[in-house]
Amino acid sequence: MSAEQRTPVSFSVAKADDPHMQPKARNPKRTEALLALVMLLGIASLIGFIVAYFMNAESWIMGAFMGAGALLLGFGITAWGKYLMPQGPFVEERHRMSGTPDQRARFKAAVVQRGGGILGRRKVLAGLAAAGMGIFGLLALVPVIRSFGPLPENTLGVTQWKRGTKLVDSTGRGIHVNDVAVGGVVTVFPEGMVNTDNGQAVDQTILIRLTTQDFTTRPGRESWGPAGYVAYSKLCTHLGCPVGLYEQQLQLLVCPCHQSMFNVANGAEPTFGPAPRPLPQLALYVDDEGYLRAQAPYDQPVGPGYWTRS
Amino acid sequence: MTTVNGATNEDYGKLGKTLDELDDRFGISKGGRNLMDKIFPDHWSFMLGEIALYSFVVLLATGIFLTFFYVPSTNLVVYHGSYVPLQGQRVSEAYASTVNLSFQVRSGLLIRQMHHWACDIFLAAMVVHMARVFFTGAFRKPRETNYVLGSTLLILGIVEGFLGYSLPDDLVSGTGIRIAFSIIESIPLVGTYIAFFLFGGNYPGPAIIPRFFIIHVLLIPLIMLGMVTVHLFLLVHQKHTQFPGKGRTEHNVVGTPMVPIFAAKATGFLLMVTGGIALLGGLAQINPIWQFGPYEASKISYAVQPDFYMGWLDGALRIFPAWEWTGFGYTIPLEVFIPALVIPGIIFGIVQLWPMIERKWTGDDEMHNLLDLPRNRPKRTAFGAALFSLVAVLFLASSTDVVANFLHVSLEGTLWAMRILTIITPFIVYFFTYQICKELQKAPDATKRKRANVVKRTAQGEYITEKAPERPGDAHVELPAEPVPDFIDLGDEAPAKAKSNGHLDPVTENGVRQVLR
Repeated sequence: MSAEQRTPVSFSVAKADDPHMQPKARNPKRTEALLALVMLLGIASLIGFIVAYFMNAESWIMGAFMGAGALLLGFGITAWGKYLMPQGPFVEERHRMSGTPDQRARFKAAVVQRGGGILGRRKVLAGLAAAGMGIFGLLALVPVIRSFGPLPENTLGVTQWKRGTKLVDSTGRGIHVNDVAVGGVVTVFPEGMVNTDNGQAVDQTILIRLTTQDFTTRPGRESWGPAGYVAYSKLCTHLGCPVGLYEQQLQLLVCPCHQSMFNVANGAEPTFGPAPRPLPQLALYVDDEGYLRAQAPYDQPVGPGYWTRS
Repeated sequence: MTTVNGATNEDYGKLGKTLDELDDRFGISKGGRNLMDKIFPDHWSFMLGEIALYSFVVLLATGIFLTFFYVPSTNLVVYHGSYVPLQGQRVSEAYASTVNLSFQVRSGLLIRQMHHWACDIFLAAMVVHMARVFFTGAFRKPRETNYVLGSTLLILGIVEGFLGYSLPDDLVSGTGIRIAFSIIESIPLVGTYIAFFLFGGNYPGPAIIPRFFIIHVLLIPLIMLGMVTVHLFLLVHQKHTQFPGKGRTEHNVVGTPMVPIFAAKATGFLLMVTGGIALLGGLAQINPIWQFGPYEASKISYAVQPDFYMGWLDGALRIFPAWEWTGFGYTIPLEVFIPALVIPGIIFGIVQLWPMIERKWTGDDEMHNLLDLPRNRPKRTAFGAALFSLVAVLFLASSTDVVANFLHVSLEGTLWAMRILTIITPFIVYFFTYQICKELQKAPDATKRKRANVVKRTAQGEYITEKAPERPGDAHVELPAEPVPDFIDLGDEAPAKAKSNGHLDPVTENGVRQVLR
């Protein structure tokens, strides 16, 4: 220890009776006792949590002990700070954020002069270094662009429905023309695609039986609805939610996400809500054994809109 | 306060020695003392940001716990856990592990529900904190950067919340991911590319759960942690703002010092926030994914609402008209792109750029450390209230179906009511807020005293506001603020040990009120 460090220094001292040092509480002794009790209860409750944990108690019991314990203990500590510690108020000066005019001038001179003078003297090198660093930074983006996924190309425009694809339900069974009663609804998939991601997420189609007669939903679709069966893509044209609700009386398909409604008797034309387009219809036919099959792929992309859709 | 002399290194025993050793190595004495004396102004509204901070801490702690049990995989497994209704079902590993950590891991359900509640509280606290900063003008020079950091944290928090909500791979969250894919798809030109690169292909893609997982548990939390650190550093470095009042100027801070008073209050508050979250996590069920069932792309649940912070986006999607644009061989799904991306973009854009906008508008380039009372900036206050009301109406619009059912109004009527409300509410709110601010400005001494004014009704039925007569205890008595002393002379109350040390015996020079720094 050097002698210099031993030199006494001056302190500012507040006397205990200085009003700034007084607690806010009117009766500090009573407050202290009360807070001690609160903190004690809090600690007991926290111990209660540990006990409950080891007894593998119900979740709500553990939560109640932990919550009550932390709340009580926290309240005690906060109230100690607020009511029993010196009430102040105390003050502190704000110092200028900025440097002195001299410091500023020297800093600016260094930036401008060093940058402009030394770097600016070799303009070609400075330009190359800047461009090179920029390209180096871009390297970080390259994998994002091509390693993370395939290009979209025409993926969004196609489904697994082909000419002759058999309709099957979620258990993989074909749909016989006599299987569904009038007013009935089945979610169907292309045969073999039931348990695939694509089959579930993209190809899902809703099959509805409207009558027992061939049904035309729209001029030009005369042969699409054999024996009263019509099939539409189940992906809402708004945001791709499954259009899962069928209102039989009104012959409306309703999307539970944002309440778009589609009139199934009229080509699934949207009658309400934010969906902009009808659900694409799948043309059906009945094969020799009486099972439903697709006449052709969907004539347009299914699901919501995107830039290259049309 | 008085000045005393005398203090050497031997005075403070073992702890003093340790502090010396630390100072030798890290130079802590100057900065450490400054930090201890750091003054925090007192106002209830300054603790809103603290709620956000502490719930963020709870999120980190509970989140780390969850990562030990959650399996980020969409591989299908047969569920054999303890929740009977699901037994034998084919579910993804992500879903099975979430159900298992809820039912089979001790305290797992509590921690998971605390994590979810902490997220909702975190986001709500950030919104309210930001509103406080906005309405009191705390964002003005020199604090623009911190304001932008904070509002960016809110955006990141919303994204982070959505990702976390998606991870259990249950029926409800899966539908949310489907909607997110479609929203990204709607971006003109690059939308499908972004969607395919993020999902690793067409929806649902092979990678979404593992990718959301790593973004949720590493990427975004790391960015947020960094930003929170800078946010707090700037808060300390630039010092807190304060409301105008006795002895408070642009050049000082009046309040309580960091150690021990603010530290005690803050520590206790951390515990209280944690306790509140633990009570909610224990007693209030949230996101019971076992009831929703596992995600299957062709299934959907009815009347489920997203978490509150997504509600306003959902509402905008519901009420926007079905305007798909097609031309030149291209499609722009305006009915998705505008409500889901353009409108939130504009709202967040205005919020983020507000310090710049206001500066341009008012030409005010001064440093501001004293806060505004909202009434004294009626245009800003009215604008902020209008923006808030817009988001609130959009939020309400996310429940059109529930409202229609509840009030027995047709869905169509509800939809049109929401559309009209969305357009007119901000203007109505602007007008009334502005008027209220102007009226409040006229009220003498409002906020200075409790019941500062009396409203009287004349015989003719006219209402008049008058100053209330003075009453004892009306005036807020506050001592003049003083710098934090080096130590307190406890006199007779001092603990024996401190007294025996000898040097605490002050050489009092009565009447000298001087502070040496």
